[in-house]
Amino acid sequence: MELFHDVNIDWLGKKWYFLGFSLIFSVAGLLSILFWHGLPLDVDFRGGTVVRVKFAAQPDADRIRSAIDKAGLRDARIQQPYGPAANNEVLITLSRSATSEAAIDQGRAAVVATLAQNYTGGAQNQGKLDLDTVGRSALTSWLQQDDPEHLGNTTDAETRYQAQTNAVLHFRDDEHSGIIDSVDSLRGAVDPAVLTAFEQNAWLSGFSVRSVEIVGAQVGKVLQHQAELATLYSLAGMLVYLWFRFELIYGVAAVVACFHDTIITVGAFSLSNQEISLTVIAAILTLIGYSMNDTIVVFDRIRENLRLSRRESLSVVVNRSINQTLSRTVLTSGLTFLTVLSLFLFGGEVLRGFSFALVVGILIGTYSSIAVAAPMLVAYQDWRASRGRAATLPAAKKARV
Amino acid sequence: MKTNIKTRLIGIIAVLVIFIFGIFGIPQGFSGAAVRQSLLNRIHLGLDLKGGMHLILQVRVEEAINAETDTDVAGIQSDLQQNGVSGAMVTKPDPNRPDFIQIAGVPADRTNDVRSLLESRYSSRFDVAPGVGNTWTLTMKPTVETEAKQRALDQAIEVITSRTNTLGVSEPIIEPYQLGSYQILVELPGVDDLGRVKDVIQSTARLEAHEVTGGPWPDKQTAMQSVGGYLPPDSELLQSVPGAASESSTGEWYELKKIPIWGGTDIRDAQPGHNPNTNEPEVDFYLTSAAGDKFAQWTGANIGKDMAIVLDNRVQEVAVIKGQIRDQGNIAGGGITDQRVKDLSMLLRTGALPASIDFSQETTVGPSLGADSIHQGVVASIVGMLTVMAFMLFYYRGAGINADLALFLNLVILLGFMGFTGATLTLPGIAGVILTIGMGVDSNVLIFERIREELRAGKSPAASVDQGFAHAWTTIVDTHVTTIVSAAILFIFGTGPVKGFAVTLTFGLLANLFTAVFVSRVIFDANLSRKLHGEPISI
Repeated sequence: MELFHDVNIDWLGKKWYFLGFSLIFSVAGLLSILFWHGLPLDVDFRGGTVVRVKFAAQPDADRIRSAIDKAGLRDARIQQPYGPAANNEVLITLSRSATSEAAIDQGRAAVVATLAQNYTGGAQNQGKLDLDTVGRSALTSWLQQDDPEHLGNTTDAETRYQAQTNAVLHFRDDEHSGIIDSVDSLRGAVDPAVLTAFEQNAWLSGFSVRSVEIVGAQVGKVLQHQAELATLYSLAGMLVYLWFRFELIYGVAAVVACFHDTIITVGAFSLSNQEISLTVIAAILTLIGYSMNDTIVVFDRIRENLRLSRRESLSVVVNRSINQTLSRTVLTSGLTFLTVLSLFLFGGEVLRGFSFALVVGILIGTYSSIAVAAPMLVAYQDWRASRGRAATLPAAKKARV
Repeated sequence: MKTNIKTRLIGIIAVLVIFIFGIFGIPQGFSGAAVRQSLLNRIHLGLDLKGGMHLILQVRVEEAINAETDTDVAGIQSDLQQNGVSGAMVTKPDPNRPDFIQIAGVPADRTNDVRSLLESRYSSRFDVAPGVGNTWTLTMKPTVETEAKQRALDQAIEVITSRTNTLGVSEPIIEPYQLGSYQILVELPGVDDLGRVKDVIQSTARLEAHEVTGGPWPDKQTAMQSVGGYLPPDSELLQSVPGAASESSTGEWYELKKIPIWGGTDIRDAQPGHNPNTNEPEVDFYLTSAAGDKFAQWTGANIGKDMAIVLDNRVQEVAVIKGQIRDQGNIAGGGITDQRVKDLSMLLRTGALPASIDFSQETTVGPSLGADSIHQGVVASIVGMLTVMAFMLFYYRGAGINADLALFLNLVILLGFMGFTGATLTLPGIAGVILTIGMGVDSNVLIFERIREELRAGKSPAASVDQGFAHAWTTIVDTHVTTIVSAAILFIFGTGPVKGFAVTLTFGLLANLFTAVFVSRVIFDANLSRKLHGEPISI
């Protein structure tokens, strides 16, 4: 089957619509960065502490907030990440001022201690083992001490209880996302004697710290600088490559298009108030490469057509080239978009920012190679003509086809 | 033509087999668990998937400089004394400039002696300059300073490596962190006991013996008053742990000689033990033979004086020297626990850190989040791949099978690459795999669209396939180069997870050049060779 057969669209004739469209989106993004949400930076760049906690039930944000406030961590931010509601996760963010450079770890410790205090489930759990938060070494030594199977202090006991520990952690972490519903659900996973010991002397606090990220201000600044450099080097690298393969003006047009994509993607993050993390920067750099792909395919065709028909005007050639490659452009972008969409929908919370950048960027990148890069070539030629110079766009260095 | 296709097909199958071996190795069995295990043996998972700690440590290298110049200050003092120059004050006037030593109060008639002494013994490491009023300044040479800092960093890495080894972490990474200055990157997969790990890494564990010159005083103010408000430059005031001097002592202050009798590098061994009388836990330590000789000489000459054992700038024990001590001592008291005794002996065995360490970044991923991430990543990959494959079949029919085969081989080669090179698969790396699927199919679409164009222009199927591949080739190279340039920059600038993304994307696109162009072509040729001349192909 075919989607586009003999399309004949006058793309260049619509350049004012395109210009308007691009301007609206870039300006909206820029305005949001300047006057509304600013540039929301992730803890990677901003510095500070983020503790990701998962609860057994839908967490009560107000309760967590008041507990954290009471602990003296005043400017903590409590976010519930969007996504499937069953996820029951909360991100507790402390800004850099709450965690001084020297005591960088205290914020995390305070958050965990506060949660532990507020999720005790009453006095009957005093001194008991919390199966939701216990770590590997602690659980093994607890089992050895409790010794439910009466094995004594032998190496055999050690290996046996290590195996039981592994079974519990496998059940909790690999199969149940870090939270055990009830002690009884461990039946079958561990030995009956161990289960009985758990029933008597263990309880479930119903929360588990899924990840902690702490970044010092200094590191954040270095990373920010690196990210800016990487983006600039990437754009410069593209410019040089296109200059070498085509002509300088092709490179400039492609880089302007990529820059346009970058601005709009970053603007989308500001508009939707999502945080830009290191992986988002990785996504943006990938987009620069990807958007360049589309542009190159169109440019390749323009170059080929210019060599075939030197009589036609440039805008006719450019229009025809876009139309000839339209099927390919839409198909491949569509397919990449589908894979990225699957990442956005199924890839999980951790990659949400990354896949959001790709979803937005691939749409914009495809649009810009048709609506920004190619018209720029024509505009450049018109500008040269208006100054009375040779009006032919260089058909590029001899292509090695 | 036919034999040519056969050899190329055999080549492709060989590649397939080799890279499947790269992914799985030779599995122990064919049950689900065995295959899964052999897969995990070959493909290394990053911290964000496996769970674990990622730390960036800042080594306070200026402390190492400080310790070095402290020794120099003492050295200059004793050199001056030996040469009969009295009344000279050797100090480090600026606490923010550990590399800067000042000598004041040199008698005017001895200037030449001091000059020749400084020039003969210290000018190789310091820039020696005379100042006004018979003063001299010594500034550590930048090259010497950099060397000393680098040495401190190397030592710190060595010490942290041996300490983490005792924690039983498999495959830890401890290396200089290139983005910062004098920083160390530490990656500990599978670690979930945060607090203990940080204690073990961060403890300086600098054990020293000092001569006690004053004290005890109940607090710092009293101590300062007692020494007349002025602390001699070669002395320091330190607080003790409770129970340092006797059962009843509660953390008094002492005046100690700054230069230790022996220090952190002089410990040969340390073991957890118990006091034979009280059965309290204690750490028994032993000095190296050279330090032992020095110590025996010193204690023999100083019987009756007080001596302090200092750990990380806290006095642990104060005792009167009753006789010559050679190479043995212990640390006890202060409510020390069995676990602490175990950790402390390990720390002393592995050696002291040359300077203290700050945490400038810490990322901990719990094992449950890692497991969820793997699950979600795999689901997203499979959904993405099936969608693309289904679309290709639907849109290009016969040629769609061709593209899907190429895509599958692309994935096998990518994962095989990861297995062979030992590259790490991270969560963004999985995203890189998904993107490779999306971008990889781009090459197929380019070629197929071109073939359709040529067919429309009336060429024969064979000629169209030929032309399609020829024309699309340059474009494919161009598009791959741009993406790989982006990935290369990411690899250079990125850390951990992001690097993993750059790796899979690059490997994936390189493999794509082979599968989309070479493999796809062979399949077309094999298909064409079975058809009559001019019979249409399904595309």
